[in-house]
Amino acid sequence: MKLITAIIKPFKLEEVRTALTDLGLQGMTVTEVKGYGRQKGHTEIYRGAEYAVSFLPKIKMEIVVPSAQVDKALEAIQRAAKTGQIGDGKIFVSPIEHTVRIRTGEADDNAL
Amino acid sequence: MKFNGLIRTAASSAATAALYLWTSLPSFAQDAAPAAAPPTPTLDTGDTAWMLTSTALVLMMTIPGLALFYGGMVRKKNVLAVLMQCFATTCLVTVLWMVVAYSLAFTTNANEAWQPYIGGLDKLLLAGMGKDALTLTIPESVFMTFQMTFAIITPALIVGSIVDRMKFSALLLFMGLWLLIVYAPICHWVWGGGFLANAGVLDFAGGTVVHINAGIAGLVACLMLGRRTGYRTENMAPFNLVLTVIGASLLWVGWFGFNAGSAVAANGSAGMAMAVTQIATATAALAWMFSEWLVHGKPSVLGIASGAVAGLVAITPASGFVDPKGALVIGAAAGVGCYIAATGLKRLLGYDDSLDVFGVHAVGGVIGALLTGVFAVEAIGGKTGLLEGNFAQVPIQAYGVLATIVWCAVATFSILLVLKLIVGIRVTESAEVEGLDLALHGETVQ
Repeated sequence: MKLITAIIKPFKLEEVRTALTDLGLQGMTVTEVKGYGRQKGHTEIYRGAEYAVSFLPKIKMEIVVPSAQVDKALEAIQRAAKTGQIGDGKIFVSPIEHTVRIRTGEADDNAL
Repeated sequence: MKFNGLIRTAASSAATAALYLWTSLPSFAQDAAPAAAPPTPTLDTGDTAWMLTSTALVLMMTIPGLALFYGGMVRKKNVLAVLMQCFATTCLVTVLWMVVAYSLAFTTNANEAWQPYIGGLDKLLLAGMGKDALTLTIPESVFMTFQMTFAIITPALIVGSIVDRMKFSALLLFMGLWLLIVYAPICHWVWGGGFLANAGVLDFAGGTVVHINAGIAGLVACLMLGRRTGYRTENMAPFNLVLTVIGASLLWVGWFGFNAGSAVAANGSAGMAMAVTQIATATAALAWMFSEWLVHGKPSVLGIASGAVAGLVAITPASGFVDPKGALVIGAAAGVGCYIAATGLKRLLGYDDSLDVFGVHAVGGVIGALLTGVFAVEAIGGKTGLLEGNFAQVPIQAYGVLATIVWCAVATFSILLVLKLIVGIRVTESAEVEGLDLALHGETVQ
């Protein structure tokens, strides 16, 4: 099992969700975050006082998938989340040791 | 100092000349017949209904008008503290006004030498103010409460300068002392038969008493408290401008009670005051908006709301004396002038007048007070200004402005100095970083 963490532009969330559902991958956790990579922020001005805001709103999407499906999932996420502009985001993959479905007690791949 | 003396002499001579001319006019007409005794005022239900309403409108200006206006402009961790400061000031001033401040402001001091500067204690605890007591054509109870709402908003305005860093205990002490030592006397000077009234200073609804007063006190307070930690480096952007606009709108609507209510009657004077208030405010809002658009490339919501408040401030002293054309000019001048003061001047001089109490209320108040001396017309308020050939009024206005600034600055400084030494006025740095909501009040907005 692998944990796929994707930082994407907020308006792309629905497209990514649809792309993953089409692959049969149900379930994800979504967090609203702020961040930046190479994308520049913006400047806000309040009564003449300028504030440079570097952090941009992003969505962090986390999904645990069976190892066999990681490549397909990565490809789907990248296709759905890409705009071609700086700030599209990044995807990280990390190993998961153990998974349990709380309601039934099913474990590992059966819990996904 | 010499310059001040020169102005004072010029102003007093001009005032004396003006007063002589003014009082001598009726005597020509009444040469033949003996002067009739003025009729005893009786209760006018129209006036009373309007003044009851005005009182409510002006209270609304502070809670929640000003509270929201300021609240939305601070960082989220300090919003409850701002609301608390406004609300607590309202309550404290209410009690002190009832106990002693109304008497100090609005009674005649038995000691003739003191009367130009402060009233007496005849109405301590509102003694003698029965149900049927009258002030002009309205119940005195209504007049007292109406004036109370002015006494409430004036110190509440100062909150804007000291946000994010003042101890609540020190604030309460400051508000109480400031009401008694600064507000009550200046109110008496202008509206209680004191020396500024006698000098002919025109201030219909409180340009000097309320706005210049609060603005100067704010400047002194922010200088004595010092800049906020992280000022100019940390992001201190307003956390919710929606609240600020709601607050500004409540201020605008409530201000009809402030200005039109200062006619203390439901009549043409009140009607014209309402009209010029609306006109000046809208003009000032546009003026600030266009200034900002020109300078920064984008017109902002904070800007247009601030411009509106600047216009409201500037038209305040003029509202019973000028006509709509004068209101246009006053509004435009305030919009541009306060924009420069709140942005350029503040950045230039580096003081942390956090929510621009000086930039909007002091500067706006001075603009309005001086322009009252220009645009006052006989047909509106029975007083003339520069436009109608009366060159004496502007210096008289300047005299009123100066007197207010000097007393306010000196007294505010003294009060804060004493408080600084005895109880301390600024919170600790860790409290400031944590946010006053949690540090001082144990509450947060999630």
